[in-house]
Amino acid sequence: MKILVPVKRVIDYNVKVRVKPDQSGVELTNVKMAMNPFDEIAVEQALRIKEAGKADEIVLVSVGPSQSQETIRTGLAMGADRGIHIEADQDIEPLAVAKLLKAVVKKESPGLVICGKQAIDDDSNQTGQMLSALLGWAQATFASSVDLGSEKAKIIREVDGGLEHIEVVLPAVITVDLRLNEPRYASLPNIMKAKKKPIDSLSVDELSVDATPRLKVLKVEEPAARSAGIKVRSVAELVDKLKNEAKVI
Amino acid sequence: MSILVIVEHDNGTVNAATLNTVAAAQAIGGDIHALVSGHNCSTAAEAAAAIAGISKVIVSDAAENANGLAENIAPLIAGMADSYSHILAPATTYGKNILPRVAALSDTAQISDIIAVIDKDTFQRPIYAGNALATVRSGDALKIITVRSTAFEAVADTGGTATIEQIDAAGDAGLSSFEKSELSKSERPELTSAGIVVSGGRGMQDGSNFGMLEKIADKLGAAVGASRAAVDAGFVPNDYQVGQTGKVVAPDLYMAVGISGAIQHLAGMKDSKVIVAINKDDEAPIFQVADYGLVADLFDAVPELDTELG
Ligand SMILES: Cc1cc2nc3c(=O)[nH]c(=O)nc-3n(C[C@H](O)[C@H](O)[C@H](O)COP(=O)(O)OP(=O)(O)OC[C@H]3O[C@@H](n4cnc5c(N)ncnc54)[C@H](O)[C@@H]3O)c2cc1C
Ligand SMILES: Nc1ncnc2c1ncn2[C@@H]1O[C@H](COP(=O)(O)O)[C@@H](O)[C@H]1O
Repeated sequence: MKILVPVKRVIDYNVKVRVKPDQSGVELTNVKMAMNPFDEIAVEQALRIKEAGKADEIVLVSVGPSQSQETIRTGLAMGADRGIHIEADQDIEPLAVAKLLKAVVKKESPGLVICGKQAIDDDSNQTGQMLSALLGWAQATFASSVDLGSEKAKIIREVDGGLEHIEVVLPAVITVDLRLNEPRYASLPNIMKAKKKPIDSLSVDELSVDATPRLKVLKVEEPAARSAGIKVRSVAELVDKLKNEAKVI
Repeated sequence: MSILVIVEHDNGTVNAATLNTVAAAQAIGGDIHALVSGHNCSTAAEAAAAIAGISKVIVSDAAENANGLAENIAPLIAGMADSYSHILAPATTYGKNILPRVAALSDTAQISDIIAVIDKDTFQRPIYAGNALATVRSGDALKIITVRSTAFEAVADTGGTATIEQIDAAGDAGLSSFEKSELSKSERPELTSAGIVVSGGRGMQDGSNFGMLEKIADKLGAAVGASRAAVDAGFVPNDYQVGQTGKVVAPDLYMAVGISGAIQHLAGMKDSKVIVAINKDDEAPIFQVADYGLVADLFDAVPELDTELG
């Protein structure tokens, strides 16, 4: 079985994001970029499934500018087998990403797609569910445990009230949550090996997908800053402030 | 055209986030209908009909709708889409699971997690863990939206006089099945709607030390939350996590105990009215957002706080 893992290039999660003065977006020049952290978890899960003998190939797909190939290389260095880069310079919305991924699924016929639950740049939390709908497949979102059988998978999902156990028919789309696994670091030999692994390039047009944005971003602003507070010297002073100044207890 | 609000419920009671979602629908303006899809859900349907501002409750009662499986419910909602200008759901794990599927089936972009309605086509939403706010206008005829509950004041859950109408379910897609849920049981208020939240982080050192926070929470009528690090370390269950990828809270008082204040944590609590931080490191970033900061060892401060609260 083949596993497809969509990986997105995003601003590194440690970077403090800055809004551009002209409110057209956030500053991306000279900013450290990385693989979306949830996608690292997705790659790790695919690797574990392959290592358990339940998959034979892991294909990474990234939609974005040419530098997205670096993101694919990161995943190849973790151990994935090959990559597909779909070149796109403008921002591609989740619905269009899902359509592009569907086109790749039709070519590659994977038995499983493992996505991140959310890209930490747009915070959309949509793409996996949309892909699953377009394919008419089952979806297992926010997975914190994946137990893969031959025709079905048992999934534990992190939901607002706690955990939920479901079973999905394969092929399916799984979106992963933080506690599914801890992604490995790429070893130096694997980083070297990854340089030789193939990455195919495709264009949006080749896949016959209309990726025209449906949403227009009118402006991007800085949120209102909180005014600096005070330090209290003791627990007694804290309780007094909360009772008599803030009046919240 | 009308607005459809997807009601989150457990077949008996309506989840509080639905009330905030109705408020967002009111901000858009227009006739508001509500969908209750479930099984043996007449109590939930009646509860929905009592919500202020809803004119009609549409009920789809079928075994395959029992557990909110997206594969069964999304086609039902997509099938109703032609009659609506907007479809709204709370940005809870329930809404986030189902609505993008509806959006794809309707060939419509989804606008996730809105925090403000500018006009019927234009909405504001946080991106980059709330470090930026984007104003987006949709060019689609149908708007599909999830609503951040803390950004809209809940409507009343009484006083409504909606009519109740039944529709057929979309059938069982045969793709997924529900086995069981393990829900955290607690007598404390629900995290996302509590007036006071007391959260612990890695500094708590151990799950059993959360007992100290629970005692304080009980004195204040508060909910207990946590940072990702505390959840990852197994101190508390996953549903305690506050943050960019956990729950978003905006209580009157948020107390962060032994939490450093990473941006991903701040994303889930920085809209709280009053923030208190207790941390032994006076450089911890949490102090930059705290109204009242106490630099202290929590193992001294928390028991003292417990005594002070009487
Ligand atoms: C993709 C992604 C998503 C994430 N999502 C979230 C999220 O939703 N929510 C979230 O919270 N995090 C999230 N994180 C993690 C986040 O980056 C931080 O790692 C996490 O919030 C740190 O938790 P913490 O503050 O409890 O731990 P630490 O950063 O380790 O801080 C512990 C604090 O406790 C203090 N302390 C220790 N001992 C004591 C003591 N005895 N008395 C007083 N103070 C003490 C220390 O000074 C320190 O400031 C996410 C990260 C990623 C990459
Ligand atoms: N441009 C992209 N390229 C590859 N994968 C993507 C892209 N955008 C989203 N994804 C996948 O979809 C997941 C959810 O993204 P989102 O719906 O944008 O929050 C991510 O974690 C990725 O697995």
